[in-house]
Amino acid sequence: MIIKILGSGCNNCVRLEANARKAAEELGITAEFVKVKDMADIAAYGVMRTPGLVVDEKVVSFGKVLSPEDIKPLIVK
Amino acid sequence: MAFFSFLNNTFLKMTWLNELVGKLVSDVFNISLESQLGASLQFFIYDVIKIFILLSVLIFTVSYIQSYFPPERTRKILGRYKGFTANLLGALLGTVTPFCSCSSIPLFIGFTSAGLPIGVTFSFLISSPLVDLASVILLASIFNWRIALAYVVVGVFLAVISGTIISKLKMEDQVASFIYKNSGMPELELEELTFRDRIETSIAGVKEIVQKVWLYVLIGVGIGALIHNVIPESFITAVLGVDKWYSVPLATLVGVPMYADIFGTLPIAEALVSKGVGIGTALSFMMAVTALSLPSIVMLKKVVKNKLLAVFIGLVVTGIIIIGLLFNQFAFYLI
Repeated sequence: MIIKILGSGCNNCVRLEANARKAAEELGITAEFVKVKDMADIAAYGVMRTPGLVVDEKVVSFGKVLSPEDIKPLIVK
Repeated sequence: MAFFSFLNNTFLKMTWLNELVGKLVSDVFNISLESQLGASLQFFIYDVIKIFILLSVLIFTVSYIQSYFPPERTRKILGRYKGFTANLLGALLGTVTPFCSCSSIPLFIGFTSAGLPIGVTFSFLISSPLVDLASVILLASIFNWRIALAYVVVGVFLAVISGTIISKLKMEDQVASFIYKNSGMPELELEELTFRDRIETSIAGVKEIVQKVWLYVLIGVGIGALIHNVIPESFITAVLGVDKWYSVPLATLVGVPMYADIFGTLPIAEALVSKGVGIGTALSFMMAVTALSLPSIVMLKKVVKNKLLAVFIGLVVTGIIIIGLLFNQFAFYLI
């Protein structure tokens, strides 16, 4: 599973990544985390509000910092 | 009218808080309010508490309203209109769409690649940081309602006019080429928000903004307290007095590169006005700080070419200077 964090590196993106890592760890899922910082790449996903969360190339959330609990159902297949 | 002014004094100006803080300084700290230190302390403590109370209440309310206007919806609405109407709507929606400067670039790309005219996007980008609902209420608290309303009107006006001129100049070719390559940008589905979602988002909004601005508020109020009580009035009016023609351009040019929050600049503007600086001069400074900043210009440079960037900065700076001069000229209607 590839989990991408979209965002220019602001505080919220850092928090979102930490929460996503925690969610994956607690579920025992091994995921590869990728930071997408380039604005053009972020926009290509259709995201206008950062931070964005992309799971296996699908945008699952944008514009807010989800808690680990909220992330879990999004990464369980 | 008496009832309205009671509400205004109690909840917006919080005159009771000023008296309470005055008692604290004079009776508990034993520092005379007539002294420089005492007066500065009173201003500092009162202003910091007042701004944080207002900030929390306002951001909560504003975030709640904003949850109905995500940029995805704004983009859809704007796509239905053309010409001047589109610019006006862009400016008006800019005041209610949630906006953070770190999102301005994806937002610019999102609007432009969806086919919105560049001028409309700029109307939005100008009014969004400039005419923020929360800042308008704070202006009413610190000055009065007439100034706050006049500020909204000229702010929206500036955004509409600048955007319209950019539209007329036909500068679509002045956008970084990769943006149009994204024209097949997927449209994301918006989830339906429940009442609880909106409340949670609003509380998160308050936390986020308070975390982001508290330092600017402390610095702003600190500078305000210095201006209020330590720096001699003669010195300030010599540089920024209403009778000096260059006061408005000077305040604007000093404000442009600065990156600060409107909540931090308001106490400075307040102190300047109490020291005989024209209301227009103070407002120009505030508008320049919020509308433009070095970091936002650097970011914008990544998506637009130099000519458009220069036109944008030129229009906004000229507009702010004109607004400042007008406010100084007609200040007697407002204060």
